[in-house]
Amino acid sequence: MPLAVVLVLLVVGSIVFHLLSPWTFTDLASNWGMVDFTVDITLYVTGFVFVAVNLFMAYSVIKFRHKKGARSTYEPENKKLETWLTALTAVGVAAMLTPGLFVWAKFVEVPEEAHVVEAIGQQWHWTFRYPGDDGKFGEVDAERISGDNPFGMDPDDPNGQDDVLVYGAEAHIPVDKPVKFLLRSKDVLHNFTVAQFRVKMDLVPGMQTFLWLTPTKTGRFEVLCEEHCGMAHYTMRGAVVVDELDDYTAWLDEWPTYAELNATPAGDAVAGAAQYAVCASCHGQQGEGVAALNAPKIAGQDAWYLKRQLLNYQNGSRGTHEDDVYGRQMVPMSMTLANEGAIDNVVAHIQTFPDTKPASTIEGDVANGERLYAVCAYCHGKNGEGIQAMNAPRTASMTDWYIERQLQNFKDGIRGSHLKDYYGFQMRFMANTLHDEQAIKDLVAYINTL
Amino acid sequence: MAYVAIADRDHEEEHHDPQTFITKYVWSQDHKVIAIQYGATAIFVGVIALVLSAMMRLQLGFPDTFSFITPENYYQFVTMHGMIMVIYLLTALFLGGFGNYLIPLMVGSRDMVFPYMNMLSFWVYLLSVIILLASFFVPGGATGAGWTLYPPQAIMPGTPGTDWGIILMLASLGVFIVAFTMGGLNYVTTVLQARCRGMTLMRMPLSIWGIFMATILGLLAFPALLVSAIMMLLDKTILTSFFMPAISSMGADPGYTGGSPILFQHLFWFFGHPEVYIVALPAFGIVSDLLSTHARKNIFGYRMMVWAIIAIGGLSFIVWAHHMYVSGMNPYFGFFFATTTLIIAVPTAIKVYNWVLTLWEGNIHLRVPMLFAIGFIFTFIHGGLTGLFLGNVTIDLPLSDTYFVVAHFHMVMGVSPILVVFGAIYHWWPKITGRMYNETLGKWHFWMTFLGTYAIYLPMHYLGFQGVPRRYFAMGDTDFLPASAQDLNAAITMSALFVAATQILFFANVIWSLTRGPKADPNPWDATSLEWQTPDTPPKHGNWGHDLPEVHRWAYDYSVPGYADDFIPQNVPADVAPAGRDHGVEH
Repeated sequence: MPLAVVLVLLVVGSIVFHLLSPWTFTDLASNWGMVDFTVDITLYVTGFVFVAVNLFMAYSVIKFRHKKGARSTYEPENKKLETWLTALTAVGVAAMLTPGLFVWAKFVEVPEEAHVVEAIGQQWHWTFRYPGDDGKFGEVDAERISGDNPFGMDPDDPNGQDDVLVYGAEAHIPVDKPVKFLLRSKDVLHNFTVAQFRVKMDLVPGMQTFLWLTPTKTGRFEVLCEEHCGMAHYTMRGAVVVDELDDYTAWLDEWPTYAELNATPAGDAVAGAAQYAVCASCHGQQGEGVAALNAPKIAGQDAWYLKRQLLNYQNGSRGTHEDDVYGRQMVPMSMTLANEGAIDNVVAHIQTFPDTKPASTIEGDVANGERLYAVCAYCHGKNGEGIQAMNAPRTASMTDWYIERQLQNFKDGIRGSHLKDYYGFQMRFMANTLHDEQAIKDLVAYINTL
Repeated sequence: MAYVAIADRDHEEEHHDPQTFITKYVWSQDHKVIAIQYGATAIFVGVIALVLSAMMRLQLGFPDTFSFITPENYYQFVTMHGMIMVIYLLTALFLGGFGNYLIPLMVGSRDMVFPYMNMLSFWVYLLSVIILLASFFVPGGATGAGWTLYPPQAIMPGTPGTDWGIILMLASLGVFIVAFTMGGLNYVTTVLQARCRGMTLMRMPLSIWGIFMATILGLLAFPALLVSAIMMLLDKTILTSFFMPAISSMGADPGYTGGSPILFQHLFWFFGHPEVYIVALPAFGIVSDLLSTHARKNIFGYRMMVWAIIAIGGLSFIVWAHHMYVSGMNPYFGFFFATTTLIIAVPTAIKVYNWVLTLWEGNIHLRVPMLFAIGFIFTFIHGGLTGLFLGNVTIDLPLSDTYFVVAHFHMVMGVSPILVVFGAIYHWWPKITGRMYNETLGKWHFWMTFLGTYAIYLPMHYLGFQGVPRRYFAMGDTDFLPASAQDLNAAITMSALFVAATQILFFANVIWSLTRGPKADPNPWDATSLEWQTPDTPPKHGNWGHDLPEVHRWAYDYSVPGYADDFIPQNVPADVAPAGRDHGVEH
């Protein structure tokens, strides 16, 4: 008897949970309402079967539970009943399968007028490429990928010269225009998912895959990688921003084409010397860092990282949090560099400084730090040397008090909370694996030994 | 020498009785001892996998709280939990454990046909378990590639355990498959060749049909896993490129070219989908027998049930790519695989109807095994129906790789088969040990496990609707997720820890029974099938004493009209009583 009651309660409870659950599909932001429709049909059919069969079972358990002297009815088969049940089930299955196949047929045929955006995955970042005015992508090749050519572009392919390269985790697309996302991976499997669009597809190294949709709402929608891609899989986030057409065009124009990138001159260290005078007042004549002024060592730091941080200060994605006292001081300093050329020059100048290991100021449990560093090593390198392909700067032989403060800032959301600080956003996840101040100290103490 | 039918060769066996403790309990060739060795080992690793799942749930429910769970550890726990549960617990327990114990007893044979190979099968299985567990202790730790081990990620440095963990995992799988093949050939041959007189195929209990078909699936499917493990091992160790295209990994070129990651997925799921039924079919069969026995009623639609097992087994080989709808394979495959996948729902639904119809007009004794059997029907209906979402290619677009998938497969091939495992252990415990279990402890064990697991997995589907991806160490700030999603995760974790803890009741019952359980009746459930008709309980070596049994009827002569007892054992001659379905259907 209790069993039958519980079965009925579970059926009723499941329905109530379903109806009251605040956890349900996100608001649709694409043309794929047909997907939701197919889900609904399936919910009704399966919901009916769930209720009917379980209630029948509960009724049987009550009515035919053992009573003294009772006996079962001997009935090996009932052809008619079995045939009917089979036929009804087949009808139910067809009712679900038919819309499923119909919608899938739409999904596999991309509309001809769709414009194309390439989404590129790598451990653990997104980048994007647009085909430019000619509407054609240039050839890419995994074997050509390097620090200077992160997209693996073929320099001799005329189709690639006007490709717009978006080295950042955010893609913009215009609203109400069908778009085909071409998907490509540099290393392992990834998956391109935007929950509000309802469609997803894996990225497979060595081949191109695709999905298509028509965005119907403007706004910023998060892209999640949903195919396990290694230790930091869960931090591989990006965004698709759906714009009005004009905003989209304006955004796209800000990004350089491949030809423009190649035409950019390298930084001039001599020209950078004059601009460095401003920096020297805090960071020291040789970029050695001055603890009393809260200015870290910058000598020996990777050029691409210094450049990115200067740009972040300029565009407001760093140094704008109200609790970021020292970061806020850097914002006006970064503004003294008038353009990207000036940044390149000053960074080139910093590269000429001698690189000496600063004195350690932090003590901790080195063994525990070594254990904690295992996670850091994936991106920053086993020796803290920094890996450009992972967008991870050098940590070894840099000022330890600065690393400690930044880890605390990431943990507290003082750094890495700005939507455009894509890599800082990931560092927040990683800093959260350090549960207290002592863990941070242990880690930094270990980094000091590298 | 003239050919003597195996059923008549009874006297030979008596010379092979084990003489010493070692040959009786360690290097034993007795199928019953091997079954217990298999079962105990499988349950031991299962407990490890259960602890791993508790650690995963701690992290998911309470992120950034436990410093002993790093992202590396988390992915290692996920991977080892999945692989152990699917292969080293469920496959080993259903086939190596129940298959070994039940096949000779239920078909009326003295032992497996190749006892020495049967013994080797267990020891090789134990070796595979040792290799697997060793991977926790090698430099870099166990692999964190996810139980699907997809390359390139499984062998590239961005994943935990790519130094040695993945090598040991692949080696262990290879060794396991050797063990399975030795056991599997035995099970199939025994069913086909060593049935006693009168035991026609269509008189076999459904437990045997389920185990038999599952073994055939295993023999056909595991080779696909074996070749993919060997090829991946070569990709890892000597840089072949079976599954590896040219890539740029963390800024370096590892030197691969020309391979296909999708090829691995096809091979893996060509094994992996039948694997679902390798676990499910024995559960289907066993639960049919539990329901029939404890409802004192014939299984409804026996012939339909047998054909459904065969149909499901066959169809299970042409649905594998429904795991790959969004893998980037040719999207036109979706039409074919969605159709075959939904067709498989028909024979599966028939099985469910027939279980429920077996209860109808029955005389239901709600003993512990029966509670687990009915609990199974409920969870299997739930898990089966959610499969209709994921199998339908269009709905897989939003739900693939989310918690909906995790909830679905745990309901259908985690909770459901485990409920049958427990039901079966309680059911056959008196025969295996000769002692009764504690009914009260058993009932508590059922209620907490059944209700607790539903509290874990029902809400989990809704995290999937919401879009929470699986295999995420932490969600962080994800703008489309409400804060309550984390609260739900915490609640799920509490349920999971509760269920894990209550499994102590099972072990308490085992200890209680072995130390102070009352002596069991040889046939406490008044069951018809042959294993309950042995001259000794527990059965001795050779099972049947001097004479092999002879079968005269099917296994479901319960409550036959015109007969005083409400059951007629299979070995009761036809002229003693009405003879069941062969003659007595049109009463």
